[in-house]
Amino acid sequence: MRLELREAPPIWLAGLAPVLAVAAALILCAGLIIWAGESVFEAYALLIKGAVGSRFALTETLARATPLILTGLAAAVAFRAKLWNIGGEGQLYMGALAATWLGTGALDLPAFIMIPFLLIAGALAGGAVLIVPALIKNKLRVDEVVTTLLLNFIILLFVNYLLEGPMKDPMSLGWPQAAPIVDEGVLPKLLAKSRLHWGMIIALIAALGIWFVMRFTVWGYEIKAVGLNARGAAFAGINVNRTIIRTALISGGLAGIAGVSEVAGLKGYLTLDLSPGFGYTGIAVAMLAQLHPIGVVVSAFFLAGIYVGADSMGRAVNIPTYLADVLVASSVLCVLVSVMLVRFRIRRG
Amino acid sequence: MTAVLRLENITKRFGSLVANDGVSLSLARGEVLALLGENGAGKTTLMNILFGHYVADEGRVEVEGEALPSGAPHAAIAAGIGMVHQHFTLADNLTVLDNIVLGTESLWRPFQKSKAARARLQEMSMEFGLTVDPDAKVGDLSVGERQRVEILKALYRDARILIMDEPTAVLTPQETEILFETLRRLVARGLSIIFISHKLNEILAISDRVMVLRRGKIVHEMPTAGADRHILAEAMVGEKVTRPKAEAMEAGAPVLTLQGVSLRPSSGGPGLSAVDLEVCAHEILGIAGVSGNGQVQLAELVSGLRRPDGGSLSLFGEKLSDPSPEKVVRLGVGRIPEDRHAEGVIGEMAIWENMISEDLRAAPISNKGLIDHKAARARTEEQIARFDVRCPGPDGETRLLSGGNMQKLILARALSREPGLVLANQPARGLDEGAIAYVHGQLLEARKRGAGVLLITEDLEELLALSDRVAVIYHGQLSAPMEAKSVTPRELGLMMAGHDSKGHGAESDSGGAAA
Repeated sequence: MRLELREAPPIWLAGLAPVLAVAAALILCAGLIIWAGESVFEAYALLIKGAVGSRFALTETLARATPLILTGLAAAVAFRAKLWNIGGEGQLYMGALAATWLGTGALDLPAFIMIPFLLIAGALAGGAVLIVPALIKNKLRVDEVVTTLLLNFIILLFVNYLLEGPMKDPMSLGWPQAAPIVDEGVLPKLLAKSRLHWGMIIALIAALGIWFVMRFTVWGYEIKAVGLNARGAAFAGINVNRTIIRTALISGGLAGIAGVSEVAGLKGYLTLDLSPGFGYTGIAVAMLAQLHPIGVVVSAFFLAGIYVGADSMGRAVNIPTYLADVLVASSVLCVLVSVMLVRFRIRRG
Repeated sequence: MTAVLRLENITKRFGSLVANDGVSLSLARGEVLALLGENGAGKTTLMNILFGHYVADEGRVEVEGEALPSGAPHAAIAAGIGMVHQHFTLADNLTVLDNIVLGTESLWRPFQKSKAARARLQEMSMEFGLTVDPDAKVGDLSVGERQRVEILKALYRDARILIMDEPTAVLTPQETEILFETLRRLVARGLSIIFISHKLNEILAISDRVMVLRRGKIVHEMPTAGADRHILAEAMVGEKVTRPKAEAMEAGAPVLTLQGVSLRPSSGGPGLSAVDLEVCAHEILGIAGVSGNGQVQLAELVSGLRRPDGGSLSLFGEKLSDPSPEKVVRLGVGRIPEDRHAEGVIGEMAIWENMISEDLRAAPISNKGLIDHKAARARTEEQIARFDVRCPGPDGETRLLSGGNMQKLILARALSREPGLVLANQPARGLDEGAIAYVHGQLLEARKRGAGVLLITEDLEELLALSDRVAVIYHGQLSAPMEAKSVTPRELGLMMAGHDSKGHGAESDSGGAAA
């Protein structure tokens, strides 16, 4: 067997492939459902119902999708430049930390200034965290996969220390959590009696913004060029190191905003379980979307639906909610394989 | 004559492209068959089928009258077919002996049978006159010596049929002579050789019979004795193509001046030591040299990718401090890089994106950081028409362009702004005859318009045809320039191997040591 590059992959194939891939993932996971002794159709019906079957389900899915859009964009932008930012989780917590530091009474500002201020502060904090590995990559050629990944643990332990010590809310009855965000800093709800908040609007604007940057600006061109062929980009006069730093700021900033949005929109105060791995899931979101900013929105909705739906399914039938993780992982794998099959054809001999 | 190898009606398609179309050939014992054809004519595909890397859609291969199973390189090796690739497949950090033995012994054997192997290697070296030190590291050998290791590797596997794919591309004229002597000796011992090349004079010198491939078909076959350059060239290209000739011209003011420029050696390349060089308007200065002697570094300097560690570089009479590719382009340097795919274009971007890559941050292509797609597209369409880039349109993917059209894209980008200095690094490498004529024409056009051209090339024929003056680079040192009219390829060849122009070696006969 060998792979042959297709000269011009047909467009319908490129569009159909991800759909078929997700279907394949669902079929694969059906095996696990059967193994757990439940009906495949019932389980998937419950999953879909739990994800979009009611107002509550739908708003929960959208609320869950909000941070995933932002961390997905963070990964997508960085990966375009082949800056392998695995540190979305840490950058998210740094954003949340900045919002907590400035938004729990240290400053007294009206809401229409306070909210943008917290968002910017969170973005800068997230960006600053990614600048360090990017600089080390530029100067010393140290692999950023390792540095960004390990920074996550440093940041998480740092947040843990702050929440047990200096930032611990005296009113928290001993729980490791920070003081609540002041009312002026809280992102308003989009719908009453739901957890869906303005973070969703911010995430959608971010997605449109990134799409615009990638498609219409010199910066976007440079990010793509550096990612596709850094040597060629340098030859054409693009400053590769500067582009990497700029990409790091944008990517880390987006993840930081995800942190602000969660702490100021959903939770209200910083805890160590603010994010159940949104930074990492963002990578899956980006891969599933093939790094396209608008695709990120769709794939974030899809993954959020699976997680929320699986929670509700797990309550109704005897299937562990870990099925969601398996579904997400196999979807990503299937999509990656399908992307390869669109670009190459398999030949015998 | 008994045929040791016979290909019958080989057809291979890649999608809609027919790479080989009913090709038949037979090879006799002790014969050198030259396979001549332009890039993309199907030579390499045919040899890959023979060697089992590809499976033919139709046709069969017979070795000594027995059918060769298709798609099995092991079977090809067992049948006595050996291939010497254009790009050597040797491990630099292993010794000659290790490289030769590699792959012939079982992975499960704990120790090499190195004594027997060494004896066998020595015997072969004697018999075929291919002397190399079995214990030398391949990385320390000259290119000519490495090629000898490749040949020995094939012989060690009992090759009776040797396929040489563009073997002379990396050799100096002297090394080529030595290779030819070796090949003659092999043939005298009963080996058969298929010699793939697009260099006519070599084919005339070495082969017994020549077959010309064009667009996947054999279009011409004749004994070499009855052939001459013109017949072969026309058969290869399918029409008469004449390369343009330079007209006499008075050189103008200097556009590029290097004074005592030095560059520290970096990983995998020599440095430059005290290089003095001057390129004037209306002049082509040619730099000859065997690859890896500092050409890459010289090109990087002029492209703005590196700054000199010592000495000074001036463009158009002004000293260039703090060079960058962007600055160099802005000052009026048009750059044609050595490696089209790695440096010249970003293959997965659209043609229009590559066409504007050097003007990205300037009006009218961009304004306040926004790319003006309309202007970019208009510019691209204009250039495509002007430089005759054959492509589906501005949105086509650049990597799908043929070598010649990709080079035209790069020429369009570099030359359309009418640069005062043109850096042309191996501008015709890997192009077919028609495209070469086009590239040469464009360079001469630039010279006529008043540009100075720094031409770096390993092709002496090209060098002497275009250059007003030539200099030779060897181990990071540049010779004094010479009038192109007064030097011969032989003199250049000696200098490329490190001798001075009279042939008296500064080093003890290193060109000869490759013998």
